[in-house]
Amino acid sequence: MRDLRFGYGDRDVLQGVNLVVPRGKVVAIMGGSGCGKTTLMRLIGGQLKPRGGELKVCGQSVPALDREGLYALRRRMSMLFQFGALFTDMSVFDNVAFPMREHTALSEPIVRDLVLMKLHAVGLRGAAQLLPSELSGGMARRVALARAIALDPELMMYDEPFAGLDPISLGVIGQLIRKLNDALGASSIVVTHDVHESLQIVDYIYFLSEGKVVAEGTPDEIRASTDPWVHQFVWGEADGPVPFQVAAEPYETALLGVSRA
Amino acid sequence: MKRTTIDIWVGIFVVIGFGALLFLAMRVGNLGGSKLRDPYELQAKFDNIGGLKVRAPVKSAGVVVGRVEKIVLDSQTYQANVTMQMDARYAFPQDTFATINTSGLLGEQYIGLEPGGDEKTLAAGEVIKKTQSAVVLEKLISQFMFSTAEGSSVKAGN
Amino acid sequence: MSVLQGIGARTTAAVWHLGFATRFFVAVLLASGTSFRRIHLTLREVYFSGVLSLVIIMVSGLFVGMVLGLQGYDTLARYGSEEALGVLVALSLVRELGPVVAGLLFASRAGSAITAEIGLMKATEQLDAMDMMAVNPIARVVAPRFWGGVISMPLLAALFSAMGVLGGYIVGVVLIGTDTGSFWGQMQASVDFKRDILNGVVKSVVFGVAVSWVAVFEGYDSDATAEGVSRATTRTVVTSSLAILGLDFILTSLMFRG
Repeated sequence: MRDLRFGYGDRDVLQGVNLVVPRGKVVAIMGGSGCGKTTLMRLIGGQLKPRGGELKVCGQSVPALDREGLYALRRRMSMLFQFGALFTDMSVFDNVAFPMREHTALSEPIVRDLVLMKLHAVGLRGAAQLLPSELSGGMARRVALARAIALDPELMMYDEPFAGLDPISLGVIGQLIRKLNDALGASSIVVTHDVHESLQIVDYIYFLSEGKVVAEGTPDEIRASTDPWVHQFVWGEADGPVPFQVAAEPYETALLGVSRA
Repeated sequence: MKRTTIDIWVGIFVVIGFGALLFLAMRVGNLGGSKLRDPYELQAKFDNIGGLKVRAPVKSAGVVVGRVEKIVLDSQTYQANVTMQMDARYAFPQDTFATINTSGLLGEQYIGLEPGGDEKTLAAGEVIKKTQSAVVLEKLISQFMFSTAEGSSVKAGN
Repeated sequence: MSVLQGIGARTTAAVWHLGFATRFFVAVLLASGTSFRRIHLTLREVYFSGVLSLVIIMVSGLFVGMVLGLQGYDTLARYGSEEALGVLVALSLVRELGPVVAGLLFASRAGSAITAEIGLMKATEQLDAMDMMAVNPIARVVAPRFWGGVISMPLLAALFSAMGVLGGYIVGVVLIGTDTGSFWGQMQASVDFKRDILNGVVKSVVFGVAVSWVAVFEGYDSDATAEGVSRATTRTVVTSSLAILGLDFILTSLMFRG
């Protein structure tokens, strides 16, 4: 996992983003809602094609791959979706077993052992026979995590792994991301806007705004940063370089214009 | 849902589905029962076949002995050439008389065979020579009307 | 001007939609290998669309046949040809009512369920997740549902017709008391296997393809929201019902003309 960068211009969501995810590291991509974080993920996964630029995963250029090459590459990466995206018609066990059954010819006893191992890693071995609808949000996220690591990926992507979780589940997921990454020797990309949790677990942070990387650094650098944009984001201030008001005509003209009409 | 349960139900479903199809074919349709045994062909020429259709039955003394296979117009004689598939169990004399009848007043039309007294029987592909056309209701009515009209005009002349 | 623009925009959208649906259909057919190599995937869908529709199809068939028996007897008795009751019931069921009514029931029972299921999987990113796991969702999710519907539909239509004939028999022979012999005899004499029954089966296969296609497409094409899924479900029922009736007219005029 060396060079990972591109420029991209579809509806100008991303305008020339450069970033590198080194092997074995957990990298966070942060930014306000709608700044193109999820788009970035889909580009890496090859679900979208960039309009220009270069994007390499494990030395292979993703946009240049055909369907088979892409599928071969995707077996080496894995993605955790915002709300888990568990298959609702299968039990927890079958969900985790799904990638193994689809991609390997492992015999059923081995699949069973592996699934229980993965579930044990996320602490949900006891929930194997439950259906996804019987799980809480945090548990569902952990099952999805177990499913994501089923085939020991080299690149993990997390799309908003902390969204909508209570503080305890949030801490659990955060620790799991860190531990699993170290255990697998994989690289992880975490897309999030939960600053404090990610500052504790990641190695490097990119801040994304209006389709560009506006700041980057290790957690310590970020905490110490005097950049006003980073400061506003980290401390959650309402007004600052990111304006509170959506760009509009001047307030006075709007009010006067209405009263006159 | 367990795999085996699904398998059993799908099995039941497929079996009764095909059972229904078989029921339709055998009990409702004409695939079972009335099948002709190694049929042979006969032909007959009619001046007018009326409303006779392909697959109409060929009956003798009310028993179905064959079916109409094909109807074409002979462009030389302008007669209808009817090909029939006959059941091999039944043979008919050379001088058999073929008529086009109607079952009931408005029912379907069929071919009726009245066997003659000839010793020799019709072989496969032979043509029945003695035929009688379908009764066309309009002709019958107009004949009747003309004859009564003529009758009354003769009376008036007297 | 804006009226013209509206018409133009709608036409373009409709053509685009149709083209997309056709491409999707081809993609489903191309990805069908998995449905047969791993037949269990398809059998599961036969269970959901076929077995679970059994009761409604059989009960409806029985009642439609019984109503046909009553109405048919009433009308035929005026012309003194009650013995043709079997013919009337069997022909109307096998040729028309069986495939069409079973198709309509199938569209609202199984078609809408297929759409809702696929739409929901899309809305909750399950399809995306599958795609990211290098599993083609069209091969794994869509194609088995499509083939499950195509397999179920003719069997359901045959069952509907058979139950209908039975219903007609119950009313005509058991309750009213027309002659059993003439009921079955006349039926067998005038229902032709090729012309009537086989054509009915062909119709039900065509309807099965149409309904399943509409159902999987609407599900796959639905907006990934709760509202989008519910709208897609409605569209499935409406579109596939219209498709059944339209196709029925075309098929009937091709099959039974002359």
